[in-house]
Amino acid sequence: MERKFLKRGMNFNIILVGESGMGKTTLVNTIFAGHLVDSQGRRTVQGPQRKTTEIVPTTQVIEENNVTLRLTVVDTPGFGDQTNNEGCWVPVIKYIKDQHAAYLERELKPQRERSINDTRVHACLYFLNPGSKGLRPIDIEVLKRLTEVVNVIPVLAKADSTTVEERAAFKKRIKEELAMQRIQAYPYPSEEDDEEDIALNNKIKELSPFAVVGSENVFNENGAPVRGRRHAWGIINVDNPEHCDFVHLRNFMLRTHLYDLIEVTAQRHYESFRTQQLRQIKEMRAAQAQNATQMAQQQQQIQPGATLFKQQA
Amino acid sequence: MTEAATRQAPKVAKKKLQGYVGFANYPNQVHRRSVKKGFNFTLMVVGEAGIGKSTLINTLFNTRVFPDKDESTIGETRRGVEISSMSAEIQENGVRLRLTVVDTPGFGDSINNDDCWQPILENIESRFDAYLTQENRVNRSKISDNRIHALIYLIKPTGHALRAIDIEFMKRMHTKVNLIPVITKSDTLTQDELVGFKSRIIADINYHGIQIFKPQWESFEDPEVINENKDMLSKIPFAVIGSDKIIEKPDGNRVRGRLYPWGIIEVENEKHNDFIKLRKMLVCTHMEELKDVTDSILYENHRSQKLVTMGHEQDNTVFREYNPTAQMEEERSVHEARMSKMESEMTAVFQQKVQEKESKLKQSEEELYARHKEMKQVLEKQRQELEEKKKRLDSQTRPITPLDKKQKKGLFNLS
Repeated sequence: MERKFLKRGMNFNIILVGESGMGKTTLVNTIFAGHLVDSQGRRTVQGPQRKTTEIVPTTQVIEENNVTLRLTVVDTPGFGDQTNNEGCWVPVIKYIKDQHAAYLERELKPQRERSINDTRVHACLYFLNPGSKGLRPIDIEVLKRLTEVVNVIPVLAKADSTTVEERAAFKKRIKEELAMQRIQAYPYPSEEDDEEDIALNNKIKELSPFAVVGSENVFNENGAPVRGRRHAWGIINVDNPEHCDFVHLRNFMLRTHLYDLIEVTAQRHYESFRTQQLRQIKEMRAAQAQNATQMAQQQQQIQPGATLFKQQA
Repeated sequence: MTEAATRQAPKVAKKKLQGYVGFANYPNQVHRRSVKKGFNFTLMVVGEAGIGKSTLINTLFNTRVFPDKDESTIGETRRGVEISSMSAEIQENGVRLRLTVVDTPGFGDSINNDDCWQPILENIESRFDAYLTQENRVNRSKISDNRIHALIYLIKPTGHALRAIDIEFMKRMHTKVNLIPVITKSDTLTQDELVGFKSRIIADINYHGIQIFKPQWESFEDPEVINENKDMLSKIPFAVIGSDKIIEKPDGNRVRGRLYPWGIIEVENEKHNDFIKLRKMLVCTHMEELKDVTDSILYENHRSQKLVTMGHEQDNTVFREYNPTAQMEEERSVHEARMSKMESEMTAVFQQKVQEKESKLKQSEEELYARHKEMKQVLEKQRQELEEKKKRLDSQTRPITPLDKKQKKGLFNLS
């Protein structure tokens, strides 16, 4: 099975949601150790001022040790950038649901392909503002909706502007607010987890939201090349767990929970979507059937009347 | 009007003094008086929640103007923008400053921020209006100046460019208040990113025609001062960090700053951020200019607009200098103008009447002519008739023979 796996390769789709300037693109490029995506921020005066959230998917095929990964990164420029951000999450939710719908359609076809190209979104990195003391109203709205359709991993963006104490306070505050608003972020507790899994999940839950710093620049520090950001007061090393949680996030997403993310998407989110859709179809069919019987009844009522008429005539 | 005024302005002669008179002491007198009176300065800070408003103010004035935020506000969503002001009286070297800081919590925090500047604009304008009413009072001995002298607008350090809400806000505010854009939490940007970010912000500001407060200088000032101002101008918008915590550096110095695992950033280190420049501009060198611009330009514009909309009309004649000969000449010319106008009017009327009469006469002439012709025709006809009659009579008065008579009778019988 492993050989088949290696031959086929895997699909992994993630969507990045957050205001512009949060470092979404940089983080993705850092996680996958290469320049995969270009930033969609506005760099010129006449640059595009987006009026709605756009969906920009980019697909790359990357390989490591004979394992191929078909990675699709979906960026959402324009999210949360306008003065009036009502409904800015609608294109995002629609895209995610569309991918589920496309998969469902292909699954329902009488002649299915051997392996359906999985475009469903497996993970959503939601970027939180480092300055606010907790969740903002827009964060609450969007997270409530996102957690129903996709695995949401909240991330604390630009963590290099927060000291260690501020980070700890922020994380605690976020966890409290998420619990209060009943928003369930990934990873989800499950009954079939064994002790090891539970311990791992707990550790991840403690670190969540991950305070990350992204960088594609490499500096020379004490002779060794270091990925990081250089300031006048020090160099931030992205790969140093004391500086930021980047390493934890990368390990969690790719090294330990990659398969889990894909599976949970299929089992939990896709299935719930499928159930909803099928139920809707059933209801529609039931409504249609009811209409048909109603019409038939009416016809019958007219029929005896008609015979009466005939008699009179 | 201006020409007349300049012609009549008194000639200023520069005279050399022959001894020490003493009015050079005037600035010192002003200084002493103002120190005794104390200064007041009203500052407004606008920015999203968590961008560092309170910390910046506390750092700027080295005083805890704003208390620590209450941690128990979990789940409390603020609706709309509130305006809350805090006053503090601080003293330095015997100079008292009554500092009022107006905070705007809730700005840009909702999902729909379309009108979040409205309460702020209203607040600024109401302060202008309050000053206007005080100015128009009968007893003006005690005027308290609550006008906003400077508005610090905090920009999020995204590294890209200005956001839509930033541009909208600044476009609406720049004619009413001195705008000072400031990038906070600038420790999140490296030096190169900061340079790019600042240049993009300035490009955006120029593109949209936003007027921000810029330090001005005169050519006669010290070159040192001019250089300082130029330096300040080149760093706008300032990128600062704020901190009210004191950290001990490895070399033993205690500085205000932020402690990170990778280093310590010092608030008052010019290489780390522009805080020193901002403080200098705001408090040391340009506080008076900020107040002056508020009073002379921004307030006056607001006042003119307000009074015009209230129905007052601008009467520019009160600005002219009084001069008797000029006035008499003017009167004479006005009088002459009037006379000539009347004259031309009268000639016009006269001509009109003449024309009318002429046309009337012509008409009657034609009528007469027509009648004359008619009469002539009638007379002609009569004459012809008479001639015919005469002919007949002539033919009748021929001697009548009996044959003729018979014939005549016969003729008559036949006829």
